[in-house]
Amino acid sequence: MSQDKMRHYQGVLSAVHTLEYPYTRSVGTVIGTFLAGLREGRILGTRTARGEVLVPPSEFDPITSETLTDMCDVADTGSVTTWSWVSEPRAKHPLQSPFAWALIRLDGAATAMLHVVAAPGEASMKTGMRVKVRWREERKGMITDIECFEPIDSTPGARV
Amino acid sequence: MSDGTRELPTPLKMITVPTSLDYTITPGAAPARFLRGMMEGRILGERCPQCRKVYMPPRGSCATCAIPTREQVELSNKGTVTTFCVVNLPFYGQAVEIPYVCAAVVLDGADLPFFCLLAECPVEEVRMGMRVETVWCEPADRKPSLENIKYMRPTGEPDVAYDTFKEHL
Repeated sequence: MSQDKMRHYQGVLSAVHTLEYPYTRSVGTVIGTFLAGLREGRILGTRTARGEVLVPPSEFDPITSETLTDMCDVADTGSVTTWSWVSEPRAKHPLQSPFAWALIRLDGAATAMLHVVAAPGEASMKTGMRVKVRWREERKGMITDIECFEPIDSTPGARV
Repeated sequence: MSDGTRELPTPLKMITVPTSLDYTITPGAAPARFLRGMMEGRILGERCPQCRKVYMPPRGSCATCAIPTREQVELSNKGTVTTFCVVNLPFYGQAVEIPYVCAAVVLDGADLPFFCLLAECPVEEVRMGMRVETVWCEPADRKPSLENIKYMRPTGEPDVAYDTFKEHL
């Protein structure tokens, strides 16, 4: 805990504190492969016995509990299944201009992944809208290697 | 779309994901009175009007009687170690060289111990009932913080009997 600033505001004491933990954690083979894939600009999921691909990958089948090891690529395009608009981003949000938190089902995947959509405004957000990954140029093997998703106008006449 | 033919990348093993929370803390009226005392090098506790216990640092109310504490009590710079811990493990953000002693000290006139660093004493000599006194930072370095008390050190006075502080463990 550090006291960076101490200020007197109309006679009331207040101070800015930072509570910080420097976690280092092992990620396991499945997530480790997913993260290594992100570093290469690929999105990998795990395939269940039913043939569904889970993205982000799960180590176990959520229905049968079987161990999942079969991994495969999915597309870097997908559809927004649900979203929430952030009109005033906070300092630690991934984007500093207004954006949407969204669940995005990538093409080829059966499940949706939480990420952010950089849309021009709330009015342009729509459930079912098509989006595409914007990759970060310098990638480290983190979920933030995906800088954000951007709306794409994939179907003729579609409004973004 | 899914493409089972590409070779999978070598999995990453470890990731470093520091997490931090920035927040603004406002201490409230009683702790603010205490912190302003700290600026002057004074330790100001507050007494419960009902059970007469003196809280240090004060929180503005008595946890037992559930009534506000108003009466400020200036406490001594001397106190008694009620219990302590020798820290031997290094950890991130550690400010003091190990081994060191973190002690609960009940100041003379107070009814609650507070945690502080205990120094100027070999760690193996620290004991319950030991008499200690505050070492303050320089007045120019003072801020509204308990950190103005750099540490406690032994006074050399005889230890006090367990029965006199057993209520304050």
